[in-house]
Amino acid sequence: MGNVAVDVQNVSMKFNMSAQKVDNLKEYFIKFVKKEIMYNEFHALNHVTFQVNKGDRLGILGFNGAGKSTLLKVIAGVLKPTEGSVQVKGRIVPLLELGAGFAREYTGAENIFLYGTVLGYSKEFLREKYDEIVEFSELGKFIDVPVKNYSSGMRSRLGFAIATVVEPDVLILDEVLAVGDAKFKKKCEQRIQSLFDKGVTVLFVSHSLPQVKRICNKAILLDHGKIIAQGDIDKVAAVYEEKMK
Amino acid sequence: MKQYINNFLKYRFLLWELVKKDIKLKYRKSYLGILWTLIEPLMTMVVLTIVFGTLFGNQDKQFPVYVLTGRLMYSFFSTSTKASMKSIRSNSAMIKKVYVPKYIYPLSSTLSSYLTFLISLIVLVGVSVVLKVEVTKYTVLAIIPLFLLLVMSYGVGMLLATISVFFRDLEYLWNVVLMLIMYTCAIFYPTERLVHTGFGWILDINPLYSIIVNFRNCVIYGRPLDEKALGLSVGFSIVIVVIGVLAFYKKQDKFILSI
Repeated sequence: MGNVAVDVQNVSMKFNMSAQKVDNLKEYFIKFVKKEIMYNEFHALNHVTFQVNKGDRLGILGFNGAGKSTLLKVIAGVLKPTEGSVQVKGRIVPLLELGAGFAREYTGAENIFLYGTVLGYSKEFLREKYDEIVEFSELGKFIDVPVKNYSSGMRSRLGFAIATVVEPDVLILDEVLAVGDAKFKKKCEQRIQSLFDKGVTVLFVSHSLPQVKRICNKAILLDHGKIIAQGDIDKVAAVYEEKMK
Repeated sequence: MKQYINNFLKYRFLLWELVKKDIKLKYRKSYLGILWTLIEPLMTMVVLTIVFGTLFGNQDKQFPVYVLTGRLMYSFFSTSTKASMKSIRSNSAMIKKVYVPKYIYPLSSTLSSYLTFLISLIVLVGVSVVLKVEVTKYTVLAIIPLFLLLVMSYGVGMLLATISVFFRDLEYLWNVVLMLIMYTCAIFYPTERLVHTGFGWILDINPLYSIIVNFRNCVIYGRPLDEKALGLSVGFSIVIVVIGVLAFYKKQDKFILSI
């Protein structure tokens, strides 16, 4: 598997959907005694197997509830699959809900170090790249203001700047990157494009077929947790369009 | 095992960042900042000494030190377990996005409370000097109860963190339990009071009390460690850490579905 960056083997994800959400002791106890705790099993992913080669840009297509986000979470290591295994080579950086992991009371500068270490960068490295991050985020003197006072645009700009400061080996993109104004958006797209050029492996989730076609060269199509088509983007896109009708 | 250690080493920067964050944010908006770790226990000591010493007619000259030792250890136990308990939920945004070994969160909560606790021991040193408490060869042994306190709090914290993810009610329940623990670990009354009424066994089954007793033996009375209390506290610490860690590891993959 020398050239494989992401290896997803036979992954299944099963959720127990309790009929109602029970999250306090009293209710649980009463339901337990009355034997009323019921689960509806629900397969978000059903024996999914695929591989992504290094440098490939994989689009993940599918309708709402097909299991796209679950799959990304499994690959990111956030969710543990009920069955199967996922192997990722190298550093994986998720560009999802940028800035959601910030500490609100912390200033932007402090968050660079906190969030950076969460992504697995060392302190020395972050110190070295600090100026670059601040410059890219265009925050200027706001970098010393607590993040809770940031606008959502400022927050995602900082999140984007931290996440892409090094070339990750695997990049996870979810939906359109709506970051800040048109100017900054262009800058982001340039940064992402330059990552592409350097041969980063990309996993991209979107409903917009033109966008997927523009970015990706490979794709898989999910439906109810199963892969129903995989391969080159044009082939899969054709199946997707067929399904949409 | 080696894999666990490697993983831990990889995330040690993050652990340190999280500890730093807790301490920094705690005192950020206050004028006296970290000085509060010293002033606050000192002031509670004065209040407790006035109420339970002067008003209740306790003649013991070293009563302030007695109160202070108990109060410092209890308040560390209470803040650290409460913080660990909430740590998973308060970091849910992070947990849902990026993979980080989850035990880092309760661990960082415990360690940051422990650091502030260690700083606040300066007050104890100061008060001991003023009240002329003698330093003996046993004073060094205080390290043992101090370490046990850390281990025990981490174990309890892990267990609470695990349960509270699934049952929020625990946060309220735990406050009540903490109150019970506080009143039964002889912070502001002499142990003999309970022994006289025949309820001495309550102290024995309170693991925090066993630790406080040995801490007092070392730093106030210059006595060797009480063997029974030592046995009880070591036993309990080991058991609770094992239970806490096992429960946490067993359930941690399900956290994300409930936060």
